[in-house]
Amino acid sequence: MTAAGGAQGYAARRTLPLRVEAVRQFRRRRTLVAFGILLVLPWVLVLAFQLGGDPGRDGEPGLVTVATSSALNFALFALFVSAGFLLVVAVALFCGDTVASEAGWSSLRYLLAAPVPRGRLLANKLAVALAYAAAAVVALPAMSLVAGTAAFGWGPVALPTGGSVPAGDALGRMALVVAYALVSELVVAALAFLLSVTTDSPLGAVGGAVGLVIVSNILDAVTALGAWRDFLPTHWMYAWTDALQPDVVWTGMAKGASLSVSYAVVLLALAFRRFRVRDITS
Amino acid sequence: MRIGEWRRWLAGGAVVAVLATGGAVWGLSDGGPPVRSVEQRVAVVDGPHDDQHVVLDTTFTAPRRPGRFPAVLLGHGFGGTKADVRGEAERLARDGYAVLTWSARGFGRSTGEIALDSPDYEVKDVRQLIDWLARRPDVRLDRPGDPRVGMTGESYGGAIALLTAAFDPRVDAVAPRITWNSLADALFPDAAAGGDASSGVFKKLWAGLFFSSGAGRSACGRFLPALCEQYQKAAEAGRPDAEVVATLRRSSPASYPGRIKVPALLVQGQTDSLFPLDQADANARLIAATGAPVSVAWYQGGHDGGDPETGRVDELVREFFDQRLRGDGGGPARFTVTRAGGIDSATQKTVVTAATAPGYPGTANRPRALALTGPVQPVHRPAGGEPASISALPGLGALGSLDALGGSALAGAVDVPGQSAVFDTAPLAEPVRLTGAATVRLRVAGPGDVPLFAKLYDVPPSGPAAPARRLAAPFSVARAGAGRDVTVTLPAMDRLFDRGHRLRVVVSTTDMGFATPPAPGTYRIAAAGPLTVPTVPALRAPAPGVPAWVWALPAAAVLVAAALLATGRVRRRDSFDPELADVPLEITGLTKAYRDGHLAVADLSFRVERGQVLGLLGPNGAGKTTSLRMTMGLIRPDAGEVRIFGHRVAPGAPVLSRLGSFVEGPGFLPHLSGRDNLDLYWRATGRPADDAHLEEALAVAGLGPALDRPVRAYSQGMRQRLAIAQAMLGLPDLLVLDEPANGLDPPQIREMRDVLRRYAATGRTVIVSSHLLSEVEQTCTHAVVMAGGRRVAAGPVAELTGAGRRLEDAFLEIIGEAP
Repeated sequence: MTAAGGAQGYAARRTLPLRVEAVRQFRRRRTLVAFGILLVLPWVLVLAFQLGGDPGRDGEPGLVTVATSSALNFALFALFVSAGFLLVVAVALFCGDTVASEAGWSSLRYLLAAPVPRGRLLANKLAVALAYAAAAVVALPAMSLVAGTAAFGWGPVALPTGGSVPAGDALGRMALVVAYALVSELVVAALAFLLSVTTDSPLGAVGGAVGLVIVSNILDAVTALGAWRDFLPTHWMYAWTDALQPDVVWTGMAKGASLSVSYAVVLLALAFRRFRVRDITS
Repeated sequence: MRIGEWRRWLAGGAVVAVLATGGAVWGLSDGGPPVRSVEQRVAVVDGPHDDQHVVLDTTFTAPRRPGRFPAVLLGHGFGGTKADVRGEAERLARDGYAVLTWSARGFGRSTGEIALDSPDYEVKDVRQLIDWLARRPDVRLDRPGDPRVGMTGESYGGAIALLTAAFDPRVDAVAPRITWNSLADALFPDAAAGGDASSGVFKKLWAGLFFSSGAGRSACGRFLPALCEQYQKAAEAGRPDAEVVATLRRSSPASYPGRIKVPALLVQGQTDSLFPLDQADANARLIAATGAPVSVAWYQGGHDGGDPETGRVDELVREFFDQRLRGDGGGPARFTVTRAGGIDSATQKTVVTAATAPGYPGTANRPRALALTGPVQPVHRPAGGEPASISALPGLGALGSLDALGGSALAGAVDVPGQSAVFDTAPLAEPVRLTGAATVRLRVAGPGDVPLFAKLYDVPPSGPAAPARRLAAPFSVARAGAGRDVTVTLPAMDRLFDRGHRLRVVVSTTDMGFATPPAPGTYRIAAAGPLTVPTVPALRAPAPGVPAWVWALPAAAVLVAAALLATGRVRRRDSFDPELADVPLEITGLTKAYRDGHLAVADLSFRVERGQVLGLLGPNGAGKTTSLRMTMGLIRPDAGEVRIFGHRVAPGAPVLSRLGSFVEGPGFLPHLSGRDNLDLYWRATGRPADDAHLEEALAVAGLGPALDRPVRAYSQGMRQRLAIAQAMLGLPDLLVLDEPANGLDPPQIREMRDVLRRYAATGRTVIVSSHLLSEVEQTCTHAVVMAGGRRVAAGPVAELTGAGRRLEDAFLEIIGEAP
């Protein structure tokens, strides 16, 4: 028996190790399906470009017009087309599902009675969910690089605004782009997590977070809101394209990261506060 | 200021009379302090002999508040009127300036004829407008008759600012925009070293547009007849003659060196083939030679279109006037270049950044030499000069500005095959930013005097070459028969040539914007030297700052989060009663009301001793499950407490690790097998694997081979047994089972009873809740009977049942008595 009254061998800091939680989540079908989609999508896009031919250089300068210039270009394009919705859904899935699904299966109460301290349970679940979400966000461009190299070859990045960046330099920019994409999804992750501890329905948590993104995008289209739109969680979603200008422009990314981190910190604090005192009736 | 001179001016007969005041007065209040405007006609006298009477249509706009304000004379462009600059005048007035706009003589409702900003005509008019300003009660005076006055305006209105400053010392500062230094050189340019307007190539398209916008319906319109005649002669010949060059030079600041001694801001357009950047460069040299501070700004717009950058130019001009007309008049001169820097991802608009350097270094600063390759190339000029290559087109506007984005898709510029020679540099190892006018030495051989056009292109590693700017530098080579070397200054510009790109010099025999001789000819052109590329490394674009909220917001968020977590904290009182250290469970005064007010458990107290199998008995809704959830730390009691082995139960209390529980159904991860579920559950408790006694628990579950199938495939009974096995993992000292018999068949129920009895026999304690009386009767040693959330009876089963009485009867009797 331990000093705090626990059974022999029990220590709160050893409960629910990250590895155990990772295994618990990994074998879920939705985890595998989400990763499957993200890993197959680049090949589908490659196929689309092969069938449809070169996107051409007419019209507005954009990532699509230079998508087939090189593997890095292709990866950036893949990220561009999926950042708005697909990655949001993936992140919301991993973070929104994690607590709510345990509540739905009733396994949450047994974990808490094991006992896994509530703060520790949330912290470790959040860490694992964020890791999976990050892996999802990274998996897509990583597989796109593989698919792009196979289909379009390795080479310098053609910038949509003209000019090019050598591949070595461009890899650094790519890392910056992915890092920003990760940070900008934090707000989605945090909201999904808050909903996850609030509701017992995993679908509600995931749907709620995705819904927020949709509503935010709609409001963002209302130009009459003026500067207020700067504070919408999705307003800076594509600020990472600033990393693809001849000189990296940091302003947008700084604003977006600041906003996302701020929302996330408050939402996560709400989640912990709520879960700490909540009666578990599931 | 020399008062004497001013007196002579007055004595000269110039009488300013206000013919009509208060023609219209209005106040404006949209955005910023209100301003008032007054229209009036001002009669002036001008002409070489001061004998021509002209009435100027003017508008005076000033802040509505009382006071004396520095004045700004704001001129309009050629072909326009004072109405064109009304918006700008109002913006300046809001910033505290008394602004006078006027329609120049020959334009709008002003009378007289166009004399092209001549010192004999327009300059005299404006000097009398300054007299008029000096009499205003709301205009700040330096001395009687000498108002504090700055002048600005675009193009025609900019040249009058420079020329007035050359002739009237009362002007304190000038900010001319996109205007000329030498009208002669602008309309008859010659980019060859030593060339001037007399050898220049006629800029026929722009000259035609320029003159026709002043001509109106008749051939000469409102031009001074003499002026019109000279222009027509030159245009017909396609070459300058001495007379027209002399006239144009009279209207040019270049002709009055040493006379413009006031601080100047020269704003010139990068998209301007009429008055290119070299015109501002010449003005800067002209004024700087007098010692006056000169700031230069190159912005994206110009006569050919492009981004007008209205806000930025306004800001530059206002800053300049604030510095020179308001404060101490000091402040450093600056060189500003705006650059198209890509696209703002949030707005999808081109971002234009302003790079600045202290002081204007001219257009030949820190040149780098880049070797040119290319053979001697024969080029021919077609008879009649058509088809001509195309560089700039007046009014090309939007197309021209697209190039600034680097979107070379719309190359647009056309070079006719056989008419141009091409010389390339090697691909650049590093990006080069050209700021200024590149020069190149060429060797030209051919019959007679040769007009040629030099242009600079940007050649990407793949894709078509694009003009660096849509500008051509015309130059003429006199007597080129035996071959002559000539140094040509290419159009001034600010342009980044990227790594791997080449710079290309194109020399063509024709250009649509210029007059070329109709006679055909063939020439040989060779590069006789490198391309010198001027750079201004001192130009620095300030890193676009991020607003303060970028840093403040996360900090505030962390504070809010800390506050949220700190205030929501429930004080965790680690409470241990040593006297109860051996009592598996003691519940005291336990009360829980749900949010809807339903009192689920009310003042419940009972105690369980070691080795007991306690039955928690009661009908559905008696509060059994709620009590057990509170025992597990899942629900917080409103009052009372639960102690397990003397430790008070709270969420996550370590003593819960001595409790094994199965409450309100099983909870498993459906995608994992039964074995994995138990394994992962035990690993989640963080306790040593050896303490699990997994095999004993699995024996209780009795699932056999099904243990390795996913739980989602299990029947309810199988899950139930697995859940009981999970509760027994680690052989907890206190085992709580809620309705364990549900879903079990009779033999399994019997086996369960044996298991529980054996379990209690080892000194451990079991609590079984059930609504099945027979179940409790057969399994339990003790019982607590609940109804309506209260304890209605407690004690050994034998006592409760009494002699020979069945528990069911006792139970019904107890329930019946319950309040």
